[in-house]
Amino acid sequence: MTVRLRPGAGPFEPLSEPAFAAASKRRPLGRAARLMAALTPGAAAGTLLTLVIGSAATGLILAAEAIDPSALWRDRYVLGVLAFTIWQAGLSAILSVALAVPVARAMARRRRFVGRGLLLRMMALPMVVPTIVGALGVVTVYGRSGWINDGFDALGIGLRLDVYGLAGILIAHVFFNMPFAVRLLLNAWSAIPGETWRLAGQLGMTGGQIFRLIEWPMLRQTAPGIAGLVFLLCVTSFTVVLALGGGPPNATFEVAIYQALRFDFDLGRVLLLAALQVTVCAVLLALLGRAARPMAVDPTTAYLHQRPDGAGMWSRMLDAAAIGLALVVLTLPLAAIAVSGLSGPVWAVLGDAALWQAVLRSVVVGGAAGMLALLLGTGLVLTSRALRIAYRRPAAADTIDLAGSLILVVPPFVIGAGLFVLLRGIADVFALGLVLVVVVNALMGLPFVIRILGPAAVDAAARHDRLCASLGIAGWHRLRLIDWPLLRKPAALALALCTALSLGDLGVIALFGTPDSQTVPLLLYQLMGAYRLGEAAVVALVLLALCLGLFVLIERGIGGRGDR
Amino acid sequence: MKARIPAADASTALAAMLPAMLLGPVPSAADEPPQLVVYTYNSFVSEWGPGPRIEEAFEAECGCDLRLIGVDDGVAILSRLRLEGDATQADVILGIDLNLIAETRATGLVAPHGLPSIELDLPVDWTDDTFVPYDWGFFAFVYDSEAIAEPPASLRALVEDSDVEILIQDPRVSTPGLGLLLWMRHVFGDDAAAAWQALRPRIVTVSRGWSEAYGLFLEGEAPMVLSYTTSPAYHQIVEGTDRYRAAAFEEGHYVQVEVAAMVAGTDQPDLAQRFLEFVLSPGFQDVIPTTNWMFPVITPEAGLPDAFGQLIRPDRALIIDSQTIFENRRAWVDEWLDAMSR
Repeated sequence: MTVRLRPGAGPFEPLSEPAFAAASKRRPLGRAARLMAALTPGAAAGTLLTLVIGSAATGLILAAEAIDPSALWRDRYVLGVLAFTIWQAGLSAILSVALAVPVARAMARRRRFVGRGLLLRMMALPMVVPTIVGALGVVTVYGRSGWINDGFDALGIGLRLDVYGLAGILIAHVFFNMPFAVRLLLNAWSAIPGETWRLAGQLGMTGGQIFRLIEWPMLRQTAPGIAGLVFLLCVTSFTVVLALGGGPPNATFEVAIYQALRFDFDLGRVLLLAALQVTVCAVLLALLGRAARPMAVDPTTAYLHQRPDGAGMWSRMLDAAAIGLALVVLTLPLAAIAVSGLSGPVWAVLGDAALWQAVLRSVVVGGAAGMLALLLGTGLVLTSRALRIAYRRPAAADTIDLAGSLILVVPPFVIGAGLFVLLRGIADVFALGLVLVVVVNALMGLPFVIRILGPAAVDAAARHDRLCASLGIAGWHRLRLIDWPLLRKPAALALALCTALSLGDLGVIALFGTPDSQTVPLLLYQLMGAYRLGEAAVVALVLLALCLGLFVLIERGIGGRGDR
Repeated sequence: MKARIPAADASTALAAMLPAMLLGPVPSAADEPPQLVVYTYNSFVSEWGPGPRIEEAFEAECGCDLRLIGVDDGVAILSRLRLEGDATQADVILGIDLNLIAETRATGLVAPHGLPSIELDLPVDWTDDTFVPYDWGFFAFVYDSEAIAEPPASLRALVEDSDVEILIQDPRVSTPGLGLLLWMRHVFGDDAAAAWQALRPRIVTVSRGWSEAYGLFLEGEAPMVLSYTTSPAYHQIVEGTDRYRAAAFEEGHYVQVEVAAMVAGTDQPDLAQRFLEFVLSPGFQDVIPTTNWMFPVITPEAGLPDAFGQLIRPDRALIIDSQTIFENRRAWVDEWLDAMSR
């Protein structure tokens, strides 16, 4: 296909190579300039990323006394960490998805019940709840002197739950990931076409037949990808394992890295553990392929079709049980935070100036990290989209997206400690401490920006590139008039999510935090470490409110209320 | 919403702080007193520990601002110092122990104190140009006599012939945790790994520091905790109870000598030296028995409190020389990690 352009028609790219070449012969500068414009944002972001990660690795390698990769395979502790990391992540993924399937099926079958909308919204909550707060919620409910053990005591049952160890880690991971899996599964359910359901109705299929013939094939396609994603999130789990692991036998890579840095200052082992984590995750990402890429932004709008089954009493009870289970898993830890927060020493904690300094510090760090993540992510997304749509280089675009996603598996402590060690001889690292935290947190938020903003940006380009080309809308005008109204909502969501994640993240500040750089999550972790659970509960509630408040404020404030 | 009130009060102060927030502490103005930063362990700076009284006493005589910063437990002070290297803010470290001095010296991050040698009340001979000992004690398992009538009579009995559940500290973070590791090494030698595996099912949790483990012990999470022979004195003097007692072990008890040292890169060497001098003065030493609950290195003129006279007195003081520990610590900690992970 050949497309003729009016002279000076703007950035529309010729679609065939000969025409492309002809156009470039006539206007070589124009073509080069357009390519430059397409590549610059991504190149700038990419350079910055490479620089940060490269200098961090350099810093560690220079400072490490000895690196002996072969020691890794003789080091039974490291092998134990590898085994435990994969074991707990595998169990967490299987449990989360296995529980999510009946819940999602019940939600798909029951399209109307009181509080359904609220429940769906609440299922988005764990994404924003700081992990340390979730961990404390789990301790409050399932811990040694938690609600459930108190209940056992009151009823005279001699059972005692012990949350520290694998059990606690799994409970917390299910709390964080099961609702996420439900949302993704609901999307898959809504993708089953209405015709299928009509046909099922005409054939008089029973619930069991529907599951076997329609839902099971769908699940076989989608569930492994979702389980893989949950597995990936749990492989890199840090705060939950640190807070609930209960000692050296239970360490993930991230925790082992933190301990090797903080306890042993063994940089060689740090690097080896980091390389191991990245390898394991990269293999997994490659295996997951496409399954890991699309991310549900707002599945609550997905349309679910009328279906013929689910009227019987048994299926009603089954669905009620599944939804009840989701409600318990989801709300108990959050309710525990609210209740014990409000019944703790509220005024003593709120009256402490140190808390408010930490709050302000956290908000500044979170906001800065969120904006940096959005800026870097936008750069990568714009270039990736230009390569994918205008230049028809999907492989190159995929590579950029994958590189952005891979940051998810680079241990933040490695970046934080690497930069710290590299800069300690040059600059006042303590003055720079929070700046380092901003940089590391921004990198950690980047994959979310790419996954949220990427699909929307590609969509906008696919729909409007031709129109923009024919109307001659380009550059800033295009961004303002065409892209912004379309991307405003996902951009706001990405910013809100990154800000909240960064604000609630214990992360690298745990490594070199001083009283001058204390953030709210660090304060909370220290109170929990000292078993001052009353004060911890209040601080947890403050942190939760802060994260949710800021999330809603940014999402609504920038994203606007309307659908688009 | 009620919570607004304190928030609004704080907000004016916060607005003033905002610029300093991201760039860390404000550089002190010329007329402010010089600052001496001391890295120590958490229990030292807690409100019931020696920290507050020592800060008050030293600030009264030095005309400076003493900042005691709690860094987990003793071993973590060394790791923290190594992570920060020459960039560290610390002028003095206080709270590593005899077991770590060879390793700490080898980092080159500490400097000689330049103080004259004086007579000290220690269970070991002491001459060192860099480290200043400030207190000492014997590690011991402390038990709740209402939960255990007859504690094990030896470390071997605890490991091999007992069903008592215990709380211990992580040897990578905590000096008591490291002390137990060495104690086990001393008693079991190369069989230490097997001994740890035998003990492991009865270890309720491995806490980061001494404070956490002792806190859990007092809450009744386990009937026995690794602490010191001196811990019962606290319960006698402050609480008037002899419910908590130290178990005497036949093999002898491992000794801990806690030390302080000047950081080589300090910008306040004179002040740091003056602080180390203060460490060996009555202003510091007299506070130790009833706040840090350890033996002072210089016995107060008024003598030790009576409760200290009733403590168990180990027949043998066990100790492994710090050079040997330096050469083997990593391997022994890995051995422990491995034994605990299986």
